[in-house]
Amino acid sequence: MSAVIEPTTSWFLILSAVLFAVGMVGVMVRRNPLVMFMCIELMLNAVNLSFVTFARARADVGGQTAVFFVLVVAAAEVTVGLGIIVSIMRRRTEATADDLSVLKG
Amino acid sequence: MNSLLAFTGPDIAFTDVLPLLIWLGTACAVLLLGSLVPRWPRGTWAAVTSVSAVAVVVQQLSKWQDIGTEGTGTALAGAVSVDRFAVFGTIIVAVALGLVALVTHDYLTREGNDGPELYALFITAAMGAQIMLSANDLIVLFLGLETLSLSLYVLVASNRRREQSQEAGLKYFVLGGFASAFFLYGIALIYGATGSTNLTSIMEGFAAGIAIERNDALLLVGIGLLLVGLAFKVSAVPFHVWTPDVYEGAPSPVTAFMASAGKVAAFTALLRVLVTALERRVDDWRPVVWILAIVTVFVGSILAVVQTNVKRMLAFSSIAHAGFVLVGVEAAAHAGSNGIASSMTYLLLYTVLVIGSFTVVFVVAGKGDGASSLDDFRGLARRRPFLALGFTVLLLAQAGVPFTGGFVAKFGVIKSAVEADSYVIAVAAMVAAVIGAFLYLRIMVSMWLDDTSGEMTLEVPRLAGLVIALTVVFTLFVGFFPGWLLDAAELIGVHRAAPVG
Repeated sequence: MSAVIEPTTSWFLILSAVLFAVGMVGVMVRRNPLVMFMCIELMLNAVNLSFVTFARARADVGGQTAVFFVLVVAAAEVTVGLGIIVSIMRRRTEATADDLSVLKG
Repeated sequence: MNSLLAFTGPDIAFTDVLPLLIWLGTACAVLLLGSLVPRWPRGTWAAVTSVSAVAVVVQQLSKWQDIGTEGTGTALAGAVSVDRFAVFGTIIVAVALGLVALVTHDYLTREGNDGPELYALFITAAMGAQIMLSANDLIVLFLGLETLSLSLYVLVASNRRREQSQEAGLKYFVLGGFASAFFLYGIALIYGATGSTNLTSIMEGFAAGIAIERNDALLLVGIGLLLVGLAFKVSAVPFHVWTPDVYEGAPSPVTAFMASAGKVAAFTALLRVLVTALERRVDDWRPVVWILAIVTVFVGSILAVVQTNVKRMLAFSSIAHAGFVLVGVEAAAHAGSNGIASSMTYLLLYTVLVIGSFTVVFVVAGKGDGASSLDDFRGLARRRPFLALGFTVLLLAQAGVPFTGGFVAKFGVIKSAVEADSYVIAVAAMVAAVIGAFLYLRIMVSMWLDDTSGEMTLEVPRLAGLVIALTVVFTLFVGFFPGWLLDAAELIGVHRAAPVG
């Protein structure tokens, strides 16, 4: 008996939630600004997977267009984020999030 | 005929998005001309930015009249709403932009800098805020939020010579991106549960009683994540941890803009989503806002008292103020309350107050923008009596003393909470206001009673002085004659009808 398992909508939603959680945990436990930044991108792309899944399940094109907007936003975030990180790295050769501790109270 | 050529786009009512067009044009012109022609007279960019803000205010005032005769509606195929709620918010943002541009001129002059970049970023931030507060679609709202945030990340980190500024920029960027991801996930789940991202469609879907039950978990998690994202932006407790660091590290004019326009945008977006799309799920979100409001007013007020840096104090006080606006948002959950009107009034008055206050901090902080501890304010009354007097008025107003704009604002939200029978939250807000008053008294005592040992000279730049004078006069004027503002706020309405086309 060959059990062919059809992936259902919820599979993709669960995968998306897992990816989102991985990104979330990554931002919280990793200390390198670049890696934290990559984790945020992972979270955004996990959401994209949700959008596409819902769009397909509902046969509605709205969710798929939303993904394009999110991609543009993610690209803009990369530009700004790397700009800020580079301008900090110029000041100090090696920086982790823990070294940035001038501001506290 | 090619089918692509037969495509017709949605009708575009350009007058409905004119503020965006004005600002987009100004931002492009400022950047382009600034790089094509290197030398411009000092103050050109500040003047251009302020003029664009004034133009938007004038256009929005005429829009306010038009909406009175034509009623509310939507533009760009239902993506943007046209109502007095958005007009009022846009006016607040434009006022903030105009005032902050003047202070920025003095800031750049003092730091030995000039150039169009900061002004262009302020204008794009204002555009993002305007998109947020008029968005009638969750994706449009997200785009506005990101336009605002991305401009602010750069603005916060813009002082390359000050390490705190860079650090604040990175912190704001990482945490802001984190919150945006939650916000976006919330949008995705709400889209999955309701089948639309358009606020009006979602509202009609609920009204028509679509089968939501099956997707209830999706919807509830979606609402929760959406609230997390917006609560981060308005810095409601427990999503406030970034606020003191970023406000302290950012250049003072940027802090003033974040605390005013940034909050206005996030609160109007929050109000619009809650009272239109999620109107029928009020029992789901009202308790969340209730808890957020109470925790925020208390934590903001109490933590402000123990700070020793005036910029951090004002940051925590801005958290407390966000709590007061949330009191108004909670009141808006009850049918027939004037929670929306009182929240918007609060935001307008707070915008004026906070810009004035941070301008004083900017003046006192001196070159390098670093001297903002309580000690630096010691004996200010002796050195600069009028500056100290102006700051005293602004602080008293923030504390909510009668005959100031701050009293009108606080009284408004607490009154609407009482009218909505939310007595607990009203009492909590009043107690927190008393605790918060201690903070403002502490700064005042430091200015007026403590004597200064070293006679430091303190220059008050002309435009910054003008901004402080304007904010003080406006605060006192509204304190004595609040009628016109309250009457105008009563007319604020949120668009609810079906999308056109």
